[in-house]
Amino acid sequence: MSGHDSKYFSTTKKGEIPELKEELNSQYKDKRKDAVKKVIAAMTVGKDVSSLFTDVVNCMQTENLELKKLVYLYLINYAKSQPDLAILAVNTFVKDSQDPNPLIRALAVRTMGCIRVDKITEYLCDPLQRCLKDDDPYVRKTAAICVAKLYDINAELVEDRGFLDSLKDLISDNNPMVVANAVAALAEIQENSARPIFEITSATLQKLLTALNECTEWGQVFILDALSRYKAADAREAENIVERVTPRLQHANCAVVLSAVKMILQQMELITSTDIVRNLCKKMAPPLVTLLSAEPEIQYVALRNINLIVQKRPTILAHEIKVFFCKYNDPIYVKMEKLEIMIKLASDRNIDQVLLEFKEYATEVDVDFVRKAVRAIGRCAIKLERAAERCISVLLELIKIKVNYVVQEAIIVIKDIFRRYPNTYESIIATLCESLDTLDEPEAKASMIWIIGEYAERIDNADELLESFLESFPEEPPQVQLQLLTATVKLFLKKPTEGPQQMIQAVLNNATVETDNPDLRDRAYIYWRLLSTDPEAAKDVVLAEKPVITDDSNQLDSSLLDELLANIATLSSVYHKPPESFVTRLKTVSQRAEEDDYPEGSESGYPESPAHPVDGAASPSSSSGSRHPATSPPVAAAPAPVPDLLGDLIGLDNSNSLVPVDQPAPAGPPLPVLLPAAKGQGLQISAELTRSDGQVFYSMLFENNTQSVLDGFMIQFNKNTFGLAATGPLQVPPLHPGTSARTLLPMVLFQNVAPGAPNTLLQVAVKNNQQPVWYFSDKISLHVLFTEDGRMERATFLETWKSLPDSNEVLREFPGLVIKSMESTLDKLAASNMFFIAKRKNANQEVLYLSAKIPRGIPFLIELTAAVGVPGVKCAIKTPSPEMAPLFFEALEHFLQS
Amino acid sequence: MSGAASALFLLDIKGRVLIWRDYRGDVSAVQAEKFFTKFIEKEGDPQSQDPVVHDNGVTYMFIQHNNVYLLIATRQNCNAASLILFLHRVVDVFKHYFEELEEESLRDNFVVVYELLDEIMDFGYPQFTEAKILSEFIKTDAYRMEVTQRPPMAVTNAVSWRSEGISYKKNEVFLDVVESVNILVNSNGQIIRSDVVGALKMRTYLSGMPECKLGLNDRVLLEAQGRTTKGKAIDLDDIKFHQCVRLARFENDRTISFVPPDGSFDLMTYRLSTQVKPLIWVEAQIERHSRSRIEITVKSRSQFKERSTATNVEIELPVPADATNPNIRTSMGSAAYAPEKDALVWKIKSFPGGKEYMLRAEFSLPSITSEEATPERKAPIRVKFEIPYFTVSGIQVRYLKIIEKSGYQALPWVRYITMAGEYELRLM
Repeated sequence: MSGHDSKYFSTTKKGEIPELKEELNSQYKDKRKDAVKKVIAAMTVGKDVSSLFTDVVNCMQTENLELKKLVYLYLINYAKSQPDLAILAVNTFVKDSQDPNPLIRALAVRTMGCIRVDKITEYLCDPLQRCLKDDDPYVRKTAAICVAKLYDINAELVEDRGFLDSLKDLISDNNPMVVANAVAALAEIQENSARPIFEITSATLQKLLTALNECTEWGQVFILDALSRYKAADAREAENIVERVTPRLQHANCAVVLSAVKMILQQMELITSTDIVRNLCKKMAPPLVTLLSAEPEIQYVALRNINLIVQKRPTILAHEIKVFFCKYNDPIYVKMEKLEIMIKLASDRNIDQVLLEFKEYATEVDVDFVRKAVRAIGRCAIKLERAAERCISVLLELIKIKVNYVVQEAIIVIKDIFRRYPNTYESIIATLCESLDTLDEPEAKASMIWIIGEYAERIDNADELLESFLESFPEEPPQVQLQLLTATVKLFLKKPTEGPQQMIQAVLNNATVETDNPDLRDRAYIYWRLLSTDPEAAKDVVLAEKPVITDDSNQLDSSLLDELLANIATLSSVYHKPPESFVTRLKTVSQRAEEDDYPEGSESGYPESPAHPVDGAASPSSSSGSRHPATSPPVAAAPAPVPDLLGDLIGLDNSNSLVPVDQPAPAGPPLPVLLPAAKGQGLQISAELTRSDGQVFYSMLFENNTQSVLDGFMIQFNKNTFGLAATGPLQVPPLHPGTSARTLLPMVLFQNVAPGAPNTLLQVAVKNNQQPVWYFSDKISLHVLFTEDGRMERATFLETWKSLPDSNEVLREFPGLVIKSMESTLDKLAASNMFFIAKRKNANQEVLYLSAKIPRGIPFLIELTAAVGVPGVKCAIKTPSPEMAPLFFEALEHFLQS
Repeated sequence: MSGAASALFLLDIKGRVLIWRDYRGDVSAVQAEKFFTKFIEKEGDPQSQDPVVHDNGVTYMFIQHNNVYLLIATRQNCNAASLILFLHRVVDVFKHYFEELEEESLRDNFVVVYELLDEIMDFGYPQFTEAKILSEFIKTDAYRMEVTQRPPMAVTNAVSWRSEGISYKKNEVFLDVVESVNILVNSNGQIIRSDVVGALKMRTYLSGMPECKLGLNDRVLLEAQGRTTKGKAIDLDDIKFHQCVRLARFENDRTISFVPPDGSFDLMTYRLSTQVKPLIWVEAQIERHSRSRIEITVKSRSQFKERSTATNVEIELPVPADATNPNIRTSMGSAAYAPEKDALVWKIKSFPGGKEYMLRAEFSLPSITSEEATPERKAPIRVKFEIPYFTVSGIQVRYLKIIEKSGYQALPWVRYITMAGEYELRLM
């Protein structure tokens, strides 16, 4: 049944979009269908074909189901970027939702629910209401899920229109598939609502348990997962539930089995009869074991869950340890999890066989697995007192193989065994010491040093051994240094002879004077003080008896364990973390609004100012049309049809004319070109920092002189003196050849501040989906940073001027500058938030006093001396941050020149 | 608790998106691709990585099939078992449609792929994965007809795996009882694990909506019916049924009753963890002579009754990776060095019960070896075989009743076969 769709991917490169447009409007059905396939192919490979929106939507009214599905798919993908055009599809949707063919009715509501455009959502309500009561179960099951979709977009609407009640009614539907989907939808809605919406009563419980026998495997999972929240009233009810659920353990679908196990475990908490509990445990074991014959990825999920189950009810699998023995071809992630469970199930009865297995694994090739196997032997030794000796002898055998990482791992676990069983196995220390030279990992080294210090009195040459480490003391990692320090102190306390005394001097010196590590230094000082004041007390402290350790390293806290068991089969049980620690469910609607530059965004984020018309940003340079309907009413009004007059709109040939295509961008002030087209392979970028309404913007103009559409524009700013960075993503519509787009990018300050002397350099990187990353540099002109609150009262000015030392005064002369008119200059300065305070005459020169302020409250007190019409301007400023002065002068010069 | 997939991705071997379906709009293709390409590049071998990974608020679950990755992304605490299994089912659906699932077949059929992705999952919830029923209303070009299709009743029926109106001239059922023997023998020659996984594989060619009832020599059932069991009955440890079998009924009275799907499917699988005597025993002695030569002596013995015969026996013996110049003699069958597997493969076409065969092989080894003690890959001996007309468990199909309202007679054919599953003997 193989197809040949790949031909749709090949295209004639030149003028692809116009060509497709033509084909989409062809009078021949087949040609139109092929064209839609080509459009979908282009969409699949990531090309932007949103400009064909109207043409594709024109193909929507068709009898051909395949074509209809493709158009719907297109709509799902592009409706959000063309919210106003998407409305064109509403009429057909509504019509399709009443089609005699249930397949088409369902398709219509399913697709409408996937289009997250408010306007479409409004029109979804009536069809959805009908479909929830449709005669055909296929339509009802689709409608049930659609309610959850709608709730995700607009919860209020769902509640207002009474969809929740309709959905609850579906729980009593006679079709099991409808019931299952209704349960899934309700469970999801409940999750996102603070109010109780989906409460399982004992009546619903009965209905759902009945539906369980008849619905598809996936539906069974929905129902079991929802029911696992149900709290039975008493032991009897719990027993009844368990009885109804137990047959699911025989299902071939592993997910059904795991969800059934979850439910049984939940109810078991209430069951008091030990016989029943024992019997249930017996029943659950074989299905759990069988999960290990599933695909490896499922095995992984099963093993993570079994790990939890055996912590809660160790008896279930107590006799099944052999099924967790690793197979040669198990993927490593399965082997690691099996090992963990083997440790948990190891007992005095099976330890011999388990040790044989661990030993086998410890000689395999995968380093991580080998290490874990060695560690497992140690953990068994700590867990099973009677087996400790056997574990140690296996570890010694492994050390003899002399594989470096095995030896190191073995020493780490032996240290723990010593702590667990003090004064029992010290006879092996000699063997351990033989491997001293090969240790190069911090943890292994630290462990060995700990052993030497702890048993210094039994190791004849303990001082020599420690001394060999001391030479490299300064280079050792902190972990090793700390152990060396403690071990040397122990040695000294146990053998206060001359050698150790010298050593301790050296170590204490190293660990105090010559280290930057506060932990090490603190510990060294404590020892030092202890040793110098009261050696006996030092002994009591340093050589105190240590509490015996237990193997609880991988045991979960019981309340967490219970929570995880309630989440069996879910990600929470795989991660062994409660859901809230990783669930990042976004409120998708609000996220969309940010991304897609909706009207609300433009009103608050893009204040209108005469200098930088917002229309520039919204300029419909591509057919993406009215991205800012709120601020450009003519565009929005045109294609917003109301349903009752829809009818033929879709058929209109001139519907294109409603959308201004390739309109020239309204002219703003010319921006300096920063990336010439010659450098940007045809892409030209002009940009300038501007200020309006107290906010800094990066005003940018993109001109596409290439032959292809450019889209996916993104921007990044390098660290700079003022930490200027974009507040949000760059909003540039896909740029068609020969078009341009302007945008105002809102900026924030102090985001990524570059250290060092202040400078005006602003390095910018811009990328798009089609070209390499472009880098260019801009200058930060200080005047865009002058804040609106920079005006100073006369008295404050004088006071501040006096209070600042003379060293904070900087003077600069601009011999080439001419001031033609005082008034216009002052107006200009005021417009840039440099505020006039006073003026005096000095001979033929005018002396102006002004103030300005940059963010973080740094004021500039300005004295400007010039004669009108005569070249030469003198400027003196006083500021607490004189290092900013050059930047200020640069800005001023630029300002007065223009 | 609830949760659903955000999106399903079909990616090429480098992790680039081929086709994807966005179900919830909260994970973008760019984000997923960026994560996954890095992920497989960084870790190299995807076999060594957990199949469930969390990155930046999104959980990714993936499986691999041929040169395609199937990846599900989600932001919720969804049912991991269900979604991963769903991915495997998606593979089955695509295989049913395109014979093989690989990058090329996805490209060649992207229209159908989109249609399927729309039907099998809705808003991230698995919906329907019966390939046979799906292909009744989602067709590839070759089979597409102009008549408007409707959803088959089966999609929402309690019997979701079978459509009505199926008709055959000759009504037949083929039932294969296939048992795989899994065994693990440690280097001391002890059997440390053994189990039998059986499957009743059915192929049905039946008209209408037939009611089937299957009788096995299940001890629990026979005893419940008060029959004498005289050693003929067997205990099945864990039975798993195809969704067509009425589980509640089985729980009640151990009756296996069902309306089968059309065509082939696994009616049930079962597991037996009783100690099984290895059907074929292999012993290998490896002698290393002065670092330059290695000598392998292998004895293989069939440990089942003489009237049965194992066929297509294949014994894979690991040899050192740097072995050269093989010199092999066998008392039966043929053996060849397979350097790509670092193994010697000994094939015996027919191996009757109660026989013993030998193999002797000699390899040269390089005389120089590295000083560093690094462990070698310790592959076990692996054995493959099939024994027709034989089951380890002794399971027997006592009857298979087929009742259809039109009252036709159907012929059931039953076959038994045992084969090696994961059959590993670690080297001594």
